[in-house]
Amino acid sequence: MKGTNIGEFEELVLLTVAALMEEAYSVAICDELSEHAGREVKLGVVHAVLNRLQEKGLLKSQLGEATKTRGGKRKRFYQVTNTGKAALIKTKEVRDVLWNRIPHLTLKGI
Amino acid sequence: MNWIRFSMKEPNKHQPPKWATRFIEWYCKPEFLEDLLGDLNEYFERNVVSRGPRLAKLIYILDAFKFFRSYTVKTPKTVNLLINWIMIGSYIKTSGRNLMRNKLFSFINIVGLAISMSVGLLLIAFLMDLYSYDKFNKNGDRIYRVTNVQTSAHERSSKYPTTSIKTKRLLGEKVTGIEEVTILRDDFSEDGIVGDNILPIKGFWAESSLFNIFTLPMLEGNPATALRDPYSIVLTETAASKLFGNQPALGQAIRFDSLDYQVTGIIEDVPFFSHLKFEALASFSTLEQKSNTDPDFEDWTNMWSNFVYLLLPENADMASIRLQLDAIAKEENLSVATEGNRDNQIQLELLPLDEIVVGEDFLRSEGLHYVVPHISPIVLWFLGGLAFLVVVSACFNYTNLSLARAMRRFKEVGLRKAIGANKSQVWQQFLAEAIIISLAALLISFALFLVLRPQLVNLAPDIQRMVKLELTLPTVVAFILFSVSVGVVAGLLPALFFSKVNAIDALRNVSSVKVFRQVSLRRALVIVQYTFTLIFITTTAVGYVQYKNILAFDLGFQTENILNINMQGNRAELLLKELREMPEVVDVSRSVIVTSIGNAWGGFMKYEDSRDSALVMTNNVDENYLDLHGYELIAGGDFKTRPTTALGVREVIVNLQFLKRFGIGAKDPEKAIGEEVTFSNFRGNGRKMTIVGVMKDFHYGKVNNIIQPVAFMPWTLDDPTTINAKIKSNDLQATMAEIESKWKKIDHVHPFQAKFYDEAIADAYSEFSVMIKIIGFLSFLAVSIASMGLFGMVVFTTETRIKEIGIRKVMGASSENLIYLLSRDFLWLLSISALIALPVTYTFFEKFVLTNFPYNEPVQIPELFIGFFAVLAIAMIMIGSQTMKAARSNPASVLKSE
Repeated sequence: MKGTNIGEFEELVLLTVAALMEEAYSVAICDELSEHAGREVKLGVVHAVLNRLQEKGLLKSQLGEATKTRGGKRKRFYQVTNTGKAALIKTKEVRDVLWNRIPHLTLKGI
Repeated sequence: MNWIRFSMKEPNKHQPPKWATRFIEWYCKPEFLEDLLGDLNEYFERNVVSRGPRLAKLIYILDAFKFFRSYTVKTPKTVNLLINWIMIGSYIKTSGRNLMRNKLFSFINIVGLAISMSVGLLLIAFLMDLYSYDKFNKNGDRIYRVTNVQTSAHERSSKYPTTSIKTKRLLGEKVTGIEEVTILRDDFSEDGIVGDNILPIKGFWAESSLFNIFTLPMLEGNPATALRDPYSIVLTETAASKLFGNQPALGQAIRFDSLDYQVTGIIEDVPFFSHLKFEALASFSTLEQKSNTDPDFEDWTNMWSNFVYLLLPENADMASIRLQLDAIAKEENLSVATEGNRDNQIQLELLPLDEIVVGEDFLRSEGLHYVVPHISPIVLWFLGGLAFLVVVSACFNYTNLSLARAMRRFKEVGLRKAIGANKSQVWQQFLAEAIIISLAALLISFALFLVLRPQLVNLAPDIQRMVKLELTLPTVVAFILFSVSVGVVAGLLPALFFSKVNAIDALRNVSSVKVFRQVSLRRALVIVQYTFTLIFITTTAVGYVQYKNILAFDLGFQTENILNINMQGNRAELLLKELREMPEVVDVSRSVIVTSIGNAWGGFMKYEDSRDSALVMTNNVDENYLDLHGYELIAGGDFKTRPTTALGVREVIVNLQFLKRFGIGAKDPEKAIGEEVTFSNFRGNGRKMTIVGVMKDFHYGKVNNIIQPVAFMPWTLDDPTTINAKIKSNDLQATMAEIESKWKKIDHVHPFQAKFYDEAIADAYSEFSVMIKIIGFLSFLAVSIASMGLFGMVVFTTETRIKEIGIRKVMGASSENLIYLLSRDFLWLLSISALIALPVTYTFFEKFVLTNFPYNEPVQIPELFIGFFAVLAIAMIMIGSQTMKAARSNPASVLKSE
């Protein structure tokens, strides 16, 4: 699992972080995923994945400013690292290659 | 730290549960902590709006646990462990120094803990002994005893540990899924004769299958056949050597009551911790041969003398066995009912072996000789509760004094914190200190345990038979564990208190710290402690008075100076003649049993309605009995005839309750004279009897039983005999010795068994006297511990206020004023305790204890308050001596030290 190989859910989280840009913190990621993935995503799962991605070096994070909400606790904002970007691009390329090999006709029936 | 102010200024209506937050803080790695808490908080706020505060809190709590994962949890650092290990040396050193510095407080703590823990040690040893019963059986977890549950129309169901021989037979024949079944019949206790050697032997009638169920290794002989043939006997090692000396016993004959029994086996002595204890087992087949003539021998209702044990296979189907037992009982009840005894229903139950000694109470079967060692769990809980209270009281002392002296150790804690000790290290230190003290106390309490052990064991013969309180490895381990946990309980509050101390506060200026923050807690502890103490001492006082009331209770007849001599199967005439010749013996009479001490003898009686039969307690008495015991006859007179055989008896004297039960004579006892009743007991059914006299109600049973129908019948030569001799002597010892020497002439085998009636009554209630002694001892300890604690507190308070006192004196306060000032607080606390304790004790006795005694005297004011005044007096002396000292001190010397 090490290196740039990432799982499906990891890829989704990584993409969400990239998409949310400056606002990527755990709760927001969770909400965004729930909205777009069409399934309810638990905070615990997202939290664990974010931690794993950070360990793999695909994400980096820093704490934000304190606010009134959240019991005064700061948010941890995530950013995709260069390695992370490379991993995303690589995954996309692999898929594109595979997509391109599929004749148009094959999937039309669906 | 801005956010703190924010949240303080605008407090949210709903906050997530604090303890859950604290839980996360405890386990979570610091790098995840803040944003995780923030996330959860955000979710919480969202949930409050969408799902309501209650559900939001629940989700928060669940999440707190959900995030307990490998990547969030702190890993304990080996460095920390190492530091802790090194620091233990330092803790021990500081604890030791602290002990030496405050000798009085150390003394109070160690001695208080030691005496309270000695009670705990006794209880632990007691429990260890009780739970080691029957553990020597290899198949112990598969052994069960059959319980007979008897229900009759007029009474609640009663449980007996015994069952009928028929049950055993049916279990063997009809019930499937049982590995082995065996019977032990109670009444094999006779004098064994070998040559010139006569020895009373106690044991059971038994079958060989016994050896397949219980682990009783046979040294000589074949366990499979030893108890097969009639007139076989198996002896224990000790019994064999007593009877035969060094000669081989196997194959030899022993004469019991003119019949020879052959020794077919020698087994190892039965372990002390076996609920069955015996010296010999005689073959049950002997009994079957002997009882050929007795038609009731195998009756379903003849359930008074047989213990039946089962060995079930592993993974036995209990439900199926129970169903089969129910089916048997149903069938047998039906077959008995056709004989006109419709009320009597007997159900069969199984009791696991390990619930025999510590388990539910059973009724004692009539005529059962063997006493199964037994204690009910309620008694254990009660004793455990009492011991717990005493121990907790000593722990309170520790907590209280440590908190009170907190001020003196603030600087130490502050310094430790300043140089890097964290919270956990501080509380570990104080906990370690408490544990060290309690381990030191363990040494003293162990010595006390050794002193108290023989006292407890010898408190009653029952206890002597039941436990040894010997030291075993598990007991010692339990002692140490107990001591450590006492240390933890005692030191917990001080440890938490000190760990919260802020280093800056502690070092800045001691006096500015709010040391007395804990004052309400300490007060509460004192109140709780004194409440328990007062409950203890008042219970002792009230219990003692009630016990004395029971002993002095008017039973309805005279018991003074009556010596009851158990004839133990000997003919009474010879001794009777000798006794009559003694000038010290005023009068003699004969009876079957001694009443009012729990003995019972009886049968079923019917009046006109042949379906209405009631159990009537009886005693067979001779012509002198009524006079000698001062019974009052209301109507009729003494027996007119004196039949010589039991079956010839045709007359009864009954009590008022008897008339009431059967509705004879319609409230006029005179009309009952001449009425006819029928009587059935083991000697025969349906014998017609005429009522010749009516006596006033008296207490046939113990005082805690309601007066039941009772009938007296003439004593005959067929009956077992107790001689009742009225003694009037100036030298009781000489008289007793003389009677004993006369006994020796008649029976030189059995020791003389005689007891004065009043002594027998006292013995009958010995369980109460044991209970009172135990509670009395505990209350003595509780008072000592509480007083020591109070003394420590007073010393501390006066010490801290010595300057205040000096100034007050200079301003003109008198000694009395000062004493009042200093003792006021404590007296308040004591009064509050009394206000709680006395009503509690009163209600406890009136509502729970005395309801068991239908003829009790109510609790009186004096005994309720005597304990309180005693405690108050002790407290006053404690407080008075210290405050007096402080009040008399010279203000000049106190104040100049500044």
